[in-house]
Amino acid sequence: MARNIAPPHALDLIGRVFDHFQELHGDRGFRDDPAVVGGIGELSGRPVMIVGQQKGASTEENIARNFGMPHPEGYRKAMRLYRLAEKFHLPLITLVDTPGADPRPEAEERGQGEAIAKSIQVMTRLATPVVVVVIGEGGSGGALALGVGDVVLALENATYSVISPEGCAAILWRSATEAERAAQAMKLAGPDLLETGVVDALIKEPDAGAHTDHDATGAAIKTALVAEIDRISRVPIADLLSLRYERFRAFGTIVEPGGGQAPATPAPWWRRALRNPLRRERS
Amino acid sequence: MRLRNPFGRKPKEFPSHLWTQCPNCAEMLFNKQLARNLNVCTKCGHHFKLGAAERVELLADAKSWTEMDADMVSSDPLGFVDSKPYPDRIAAAQAKSGHKDAVLTGDATLAGIPVALAVMDFEFMGGSMGSVVGEKITRAAERALAERKALVIVAASGGARMQEGTIALMQLAKTVAAVSRLDEAGLPFVSVLADPTTGGVLASFASLGDLVLAEPGALIGFSGARVTSETIGEKLPKGYQRAEFQLQHGFVDQVVPRAQLKERIAFFLNAFRIAGQDMRWSL
Repeated sequence: MARNIAPPHALDLIGRVFDHFQELHGDRGFRDDPAVVGGIGELSGRPVMIVGQQKGASTEENIARNFGMPHPEGYRKAMRLYRLAEKFHLPLITLVDTPGADPRPEAEERGQGEAIAKSIQVMTRLATPVVVVVIGEGGSGGALALGVGDVVLALENATYSVISPEGCAAILWRSATEAERAAQAMKLAGPDLLETGVVDALIKEPDAGAHTDHDATGAAIKTALVAEIDRISRVPIADLLSLRYERFRAFGTIVEPGGGQAPATPAPWWRRALRNPLRRERS
Repeated sequence: MRLRNPFGRKPKEFPSHLWTQCPNCAEMLFNKQLARNLNVCTKCGHHFKLGAAERVELLADAKSWTEMDADMVSSDPLGFVDSKPYPDRIAAAQAKSGHKDAVLTGDATLAGIPVALAVMDFEFMGGSMGSVVGEKITRAAERALAERKALVIVAASGGARMQEGTIALMQLAKTVAAVSRLDEAGLPFVSVLADPTTGGVLASFASLGDLVLAEPGALIGFSGARVTSETIGEKLPKGYQRAEFQLQHGFVDQVVPRAQLKERIAFFLNAFRIAGQDMRWSL
């Protein structure tokens, strides 16, 4: 469902959710990445910073937007806007919609890995309320670079995954045609995300899906955002930051049979040989 | 005089359990000699992969190593099955490597300097980061913070563990948040990138060291070379995404030969100790 023909993309929703949106451009280092859009707008009268990943509606637009796959400069532009939001105490709202970060050599040469890592880092300690909305496809680290927030919301039919189903199938099943099976196995759909806590709440889409009615989808997102921003803005920033740390600190499904203790090293052979077998072992 | 069965097979000149061929210079290397030389080719200096236990021996002072969280294992949050179930894969990897998961963490002294040390093991499911790796690295960082000492992580990983789905992706944010707290507290974090460091590990804590050191010839990159060459439809140049490539593009501070790694880390940690006049991070 995340790949329907005319689903609403970031700018479609920004225009419907926020008033007086003014786009800001450039990472101040290399260029303006068209796959990442951002700027300042008003959410029912309150100024906020918005950063999102932008796909295109047509093939030409998709090529111009690089299919929503950011380059490192896209993440650096996002970081610049995050810091701007922090400086002027604007709540930050990010809209996640990408198949993943761009895999081409030029992205690699400019440090795709470093840019994503830094972007995640900036978000984990950004001293302003952050709300993330997954509006379509949350593809891997390239999505998480915009995905660290106090509250993470998702549209009902959005997905969020560690790797694209095609990539997973190619690696584990050695065949890209198994993508459907991989998608099933990875549990990347809304209800599963809600269950694991990756997403805090799902935003209800119009009955026939978000692509049928952009206005209604925008209205639903707006209602959810107003409520969340209103709620988390009351929390003192220091508390918000430790809650954000704890939110991500808690992810993991681990089992510790020994309660975290390393197994005791066995006594050397001469000590075992000297041990009196008649004496009762003190435990 | 020894009798030889004339019908028996002739003994091989280089039996494979005793000899290894260097992939770089094609020299036949005697395994014992190779191990004594830290898995570095004695002829051309090609760095073979080094196991986690050997790596700990290389970096930690004799008898200073205390392993932590050695019994931590992962549950199977998704019930993931590809060609075989995920728990079976873990069991096989545990039997093969002798570790419970893809990282060893613990406390040690490095040339007399107390450090929290984490060493990843590529042999364990490609060094992939799931719940256990994320939790152990987070705990190592938190321990370094609590005891005000340095953190050293040697990364060797293909990225996030697909079998744990989105939970594995969240480990990126979790580990980044943990190492960022060291940064805020003015404690040093040295990240060593061994062969290979790719995907979600490069896009999280591994890129965020105060210093990023790499081993010669290590594969370092965000996107797998196979994905990239399929996307752009051409072959990638020799040396693409190697340590020297990353050095040239400015994402690695130094490429350090394995034999000098310990003294180099010690040099930097000592320098940092002197620089912070009040010795903020010393015990």
